[in-house]
Formats: sequence, structure tokens, C-alpha cells
Amino acid sequence: MKNKKDLLSLPYFIWSAGFIIIPLCMIFFYGFTDRDLHFTFANIASITETENIKALLISILLALIATLICILLAYPLAMIIAGSKLKDSGFMIFVFILPMWMNFLLRTLAWQTLLEKNGVINTILSKLNLPALSIINTPYAIVLGMVYNFLPFMILPIYNALIKIDPNVINAARDLGANSLQTFLYVIFPLSIPGLISGITMVSVPALTTFVISDMLGGGKILLIGNVIEQEFKQANNWHVGSGLSIVLMLFILLAMGLTAKYDKEGGNYF
Amino acid sequence: MRMGKGMKKSIWMAAMLVALILTGCGKAASSGEEVVVYNWGEYIDPDVLSDFETETGIHVVYDEFETNEIMYPKVESGASAYDVICPSDYMIEKMIANDLLQEIKWENIPNVSNIDPQYMNESEQFDPGNKYSIPYCWGTVGILYNRTMVTGPIDSWSVLWDEQYKDNILMQDSVRDAFMVPLKWKGRSLNTMDQAELEEARDLLIEQKPLVQAYVVDQVRDKMIGNEAALGVIYSGEAIYTQRENPNLEYVIPKEGSNIWIDSWVIPKNAEHVANAEKFIDYMCRADVALKNFEYITYATPNKAARELIEDADIRNSEIAFPDLSKCPDLEAYLYLGEEGDALYNELWKEVKSK
Repeated sequence: MKNKKDLLSLPYFIWSAGFIIIPLCMIFFYGFTDRDLHFTFANIASITETENIKALLISILLALIATLICILLAYPLAMIIAGSKLKDSGFMIFVFILPMWMNFLLRTLAWQTLLEKNGVINTILSKLNLPALSIINTPYAIVLGMVYNFLPFMILPIYNALIKIDPNVINAARDLGANSLQTFLYVIFPLSIPGLISGITMVSVPALTTFVISDMLGGGKILLIGNVIEQEFKQANNWHVGSGLSIVLMLFILLAMGLTAKYDKEGGNYF
Repeated sequence: MRMGKGMKKSIWMAAMLVALILTGCGKAASSGEEVVVYNWGEYIDPDVLSDFETETGIHVVYDEFETNEIMYPKVESGASAYDVICPSDYMIEKMIANDLLQEIKWENIPNVSNIDPQYMNESEQFDPGNKYSIPYCWGTVGILYNRTMVTGPIDSWSVLWDEQYKDNILMQDSVRDAFMVPLKWKGRSLNTMDQAELEEARDLLIEQKPLVQAYVVDQVRDKMIGNEAALGVIYSGEAIYTQRENPNLEYVIPKEGSNIWIDSWVIPKNAEHVANAEKFIDYMCRADVALKNFEYITYATPNKAARELIEDADIRNSEIAFPDLSKCPDLEAYLYLGEEGDALYNELWKEVKSK
């Protein structure tokens, strides 16, 4: 090896070749062939079927709602954490990361137990003579699951962007006569946008593609595009259509990322 | 990302390493006598496997699958050479049709005489002449209901369309089991390929959807035990277990008929240890082994000799575990419908799920 830097990048290349590039090539191969391995666009075109387009639209809608709720919850939280003393903020970040030490599936399953008809929440509510909560097996439960699972991915990048703001910039704004609202609107918020963009990407992409959350909390009654693809692979045993729809979904994700990147003037990578 | 000069070389090295790792995995542990078994998850008593190893000295490499559909492509591609597999009826038919199985030499499996002939007869539906498969477990699909939550007798699939059970019904989240319900209710064959009959079934499922609490598979068991729903469509093998946990539960095969399913041992064409596979199947057919296994998994055994050894008379004569096939309503096994049939059922099921 002439160049030591190349040697260091070797593990990454092995990783990406084996687990990103080769699988991606296979998805494209399956996506553009039929069962007899002839070239076709039919798998891609199958997105226009009523059921598939409906599933895609519901997925986009739920992912948008979940992302929006995550922003509304995460932004003030990130500001509080970033504003507190270093020791406290470390602890608060720890608290938000703590649930991630447990498996994602188990946590989602726990929500099922909490929300069920005779679940923990309803048992407590009925003890207090309050009306029962019946959101399990509805889109509301799916959004709740998405927000719960992906919220840390919104908090962390916003927090990272906020602590990187030079306090002198804020002080300068104050010196020049800006009040708190103006400081926030014209200084803090614009500087935190790159973190916000990362957060939006990291929440909306898994929310758009999930099938586990909709299966567990939606009772199998709401078909998201992730469920459609899962069904093509696991039940219909049709890897070609499954791959074709995956490619379409990838295009939508790229589109979403491109749109957000357009507003990301800084282009910084804060996470 | 910045890409250096050495990138081309790096990619080559990466590809070679990946290839090395992959081939390395495939070649591990080929010394000594072994048998590679591919079975459903939680579908055997682990002690039975270790007993087999001590008795015969043959090491068991044990792999599990979740559904027939996940198992099939692995066997078809030949990526891993299994010696014994335990698929279900319609999948066995598909594997026979696609020339993936080898005929079993009956003279090497003397214990097969323990298997009740009536199950061999049922097997002829998907394995004519009983050439390729030996029944391991069998059962029916029916309604599990909670006595305290229903009114009137439950004996027909029609209760699953009864408005009073809105949000209290659990349906199976798998295409064949879901369509079986309206098809049998209306007196059709559960293997029908008739477009009109299937569309009628689809419309019934769509009509039923607002009443359904959830479409689930294994969770029917836990939800029924936890009093989450009044009615659930379930495999008979889970009935004994759920009743033990919640005595209010009852299992019934609706009068209009239902599905009878059989999971059987088969030996694939590319098996590397055929003699060991025969020994394994023969061992599983031994009465004491089948009994021990039945007590652990509670799925009905077709092993007549094992059933006679069951000490608990309630279970030995249980109408749920061992219904009298001659008295039973119209029970049908699933047949392989071909790629076209699979596609048609899946398409209609997707229409139901997306409503």
C-alpha cells in the first residue's frame, strides 16, 4: 500500500461493497426483470395500481405527521438541553438515549400491551372512572409508535447544531439590540437549520418505510408501502415486484432528501 | 465523499474478502456424521434432538423457518443443502411439482408403521401414493371463543360477520387462511380458482373488516388468553395450550367445514446425508419419541402408537387434538395453486387489506 489513508478506508469499502453495493445491484436486477429474467418495467409500473398508490400516499401522510410532531416536541427540548449546564445536558441526553438500549421491536410490542383494550393504560383509566382510550389498531397508534421510536433521531441533531452556535454570535445580536424573539428568529433558528434538516431526514425516512410499527400497532388493518413490499417478499414470494416497488420508494426518499437539502443552505453535516 | 487513487484496488480487495467470507461460512464443520434439519420455529422438543445425538452419534445441525414461503426459496436455490425439511401440505405439492424432493425408501423407516393410516390417506391429497412425505403433525383451523364474551352457540363461520362482535374478532393475517373462512362459509372449495367465487370471498372479507379488531398470526393465542377479543381464527394445535392458560376458551370446527393441514418430513433432492435423514425420520416416528415431543409442542401427532401412550385420558380422547375425521364436517387440505393462483389470491388479499 502506497497510501496509508487507503488502507484505513479498507474496512469501509468491504462493508459497503458487501452490504450496500451488491444488495443494491441485486435489487435493481430483480426490479427490472420478470420471473423469466427478461427485462421489464412492469415491476416499477406496478406502483400505479390502486392499492399500491394508496399505501404509498398513506405512508407519506403518516410519515409527514410523525415528522411534524417530532419537530414540535424535539426543538424546544433540544433548546432546553442545550441551554442547561454541561453536566445536566449530558444527563438529559442520556435519558433520551436510554430507551434505545432496548430493542426497537420490544419497545413497540410494549406499546401494544400498553394500548390494548385490557392494556395497562385502559386498566388505569377504568380504575379512575375515565373513558377508555381506543387508539390501538388505528392510524393514531401508528403515528404514536413512529414518534416514540424516532424522536431521539430528531433531538440529537438539533441539539448538536444548537451547541455549536458560538455564544458570541448571540451576544452580538443582543448587543445590537435584538430581543429574545428576534435573536431566535434571525440568529439561532437559521443556524440550527442544518441540524433540523438532518433530523427531518432521519425521522421521515424510517417512518416512510416502516412495516413493523404498522403491523404491531395497526393490527394489520392499515397497509403502508412497507407492508406491501414485505408482503411481496414474504407471502407472495415475488421478489421482482417487491424490488420494483423498493426502487420507487428509494426514488421518493431521494426526492425528499433533495428537497430538504435545497433548503439546507449551510450544507453542514451535524450528526 | 473523496475517492482516492487506490479505490479500484480497494474494491477488488473488498470483493475478494467478501467472497472469502461467504465461501468460508459454507464449508464449516463437514467432518463427522451429521444431519441437517430445517423445521418450523418452536416445533420440536429440544431434548428429543439431544437424545437422538446421544443414541446415534449423529450430530444434528438444526435450522428454523417462520413460514413455508420463507423456506421455499432457500431450498430451491440450493444455497444450503438440508437433509430433512418439514413443510406443509400445499408446499410439499409445490416442491414435488418443481422436482425438489426425492422419494423416501420406506424399508429404511420401519417405525412408519406407527403412523395412523387415516393420515396417510389425507396426505394423498398433496402427495399421491405417499412417495415423498411422512406426517409429523397435523391439525385443523377453527374458531377459538371466550365463553364469557359470546351469546348463543358458536358453530358457524357466520359469527365472524355478526355485528355484535364488532372489534372483538381476530382474523389470521395470512392469505390462504383468511380466504378459507368466507370460502368454506359459503360452501366453496378452499382451493377454488373460480374468479366469481374468489371475488365474492374478497367482498365478504372487505365487509367484515370494520368488525375485525386485528389481523394477526401467532398473537391470536396471547390476545385470546388475555381476554382481548371474543373470537379468533386459530390452529387447533394452539387450542390445548390456550385452554390451559384461560379455561374460558373453547375451540370449535365450524359446521360448514374447514382446513385440515399436515406438516410432514421430506428429504430434498440435494440432501448430502440421506441415510442419516432416514435415521432421523425413523427416530421421530418412534412412539416414545413422538409422545415426548407431543407433550412439549401440543400439536396433534399422527402417531397412533404415541397417542395410545398418552396418560391423560382427557387429552388422549380430546376432540380438539384428535377429532374423529369420519365425523368431521367437510375438511379440505390446501393444494398448491400454481404461480397464477398464488398471484390471484395475493392480489385479492391486498385489495382487502388496503380497504
